Amino acid sequence: MSVPVIQVGSCLIATLTEEIGDAEALDLQETLNSRIEKSSATGVLLDISVLETIDSFLGRLLNEITLGARLLGAETVVAGMRPAVAMTLVELGLKLDGVRSTLDAERGLALLGQHLNGNSHT
Amino acid sequence: MTIETRLPVKQEQDIVTARQTARAAASQLGFGAIDQSRIATAVSELTRNVIRYATNGAGDIVIREVSSERGVGLQIVVSDEGPGISDVNQVMQDGFTSGHGLGLGLSGTKRLMDEMDLQTEVGIGTVVTIVKWRR
Repeated sequence: MSVPVIQVGSCLIATLTEEIGDAEALDLQETLNSRIEKSSATGVLLDISVLETIDSFLGRLLNEITLGARLLGAETVVAGMRPAVAMTLVELGLKLDGVRSTLDAERGLALLGQHLNGNSHT
Repeated sequence: MTIETRLPVKQEQDIVTARQTARAAASQLGFGAIDQSRIATAVSELTRNVIRYATNGAGDIVIREVSSERGVGLQIVVSDEGPGISDVNQVMQDGFTSGHGLGLGLSGTKRLMDEMDLQTEVGIGTVVTIVKWRR
């Protein structure tokens, strides 16, 4: 089952769930890239608030999605990481250097809004 | 009733099933949210190794409740009939990768768990046993 991507203003929003497998994650990366190209979106919000497991594969992909979107002119924010997931990622040794994160989706949208100089909600 | 589940690891979707089953078992045994996350992530790493590297060999995963003087724990045994690992010390190092990942799979898994044992024989397969004890 693919991850749905919705657009609000110039922001693309996707919610990742626990059922996300490697294929769906790779599919999401492709979908986001083509949607950025088609829609000229300048922000991507990845809501991971219901995601309970991020392993090295998905973590690496979040990094790659962020870097790829940036090359296409869109900033990505990963929103709502659970504390248990954050601790696990640190112990795993995964460095998400390129990823900007916020406590929740609302703050994520606000951050993307700042990035767009307030153009995101028009 | 003690927990013991065996699942096949043959295709990518089995990674999701395996980690969800391990998480459910951990939750049932009373592990906290952070330990559940550690266990699910470790299982995800190990089962992915089976899918990635033991492509010509069948794999399976056994998730079972164990007990010792340390109390109650969750043991997970991931075995495959893949190519085996020729240099175990090398694969246990942070950053070692055969080219498909970040090289955190085995070394990272060890950090997430309390115990980890790796038995491997080239041409026969690999068995990784991990344990997390309930605090």
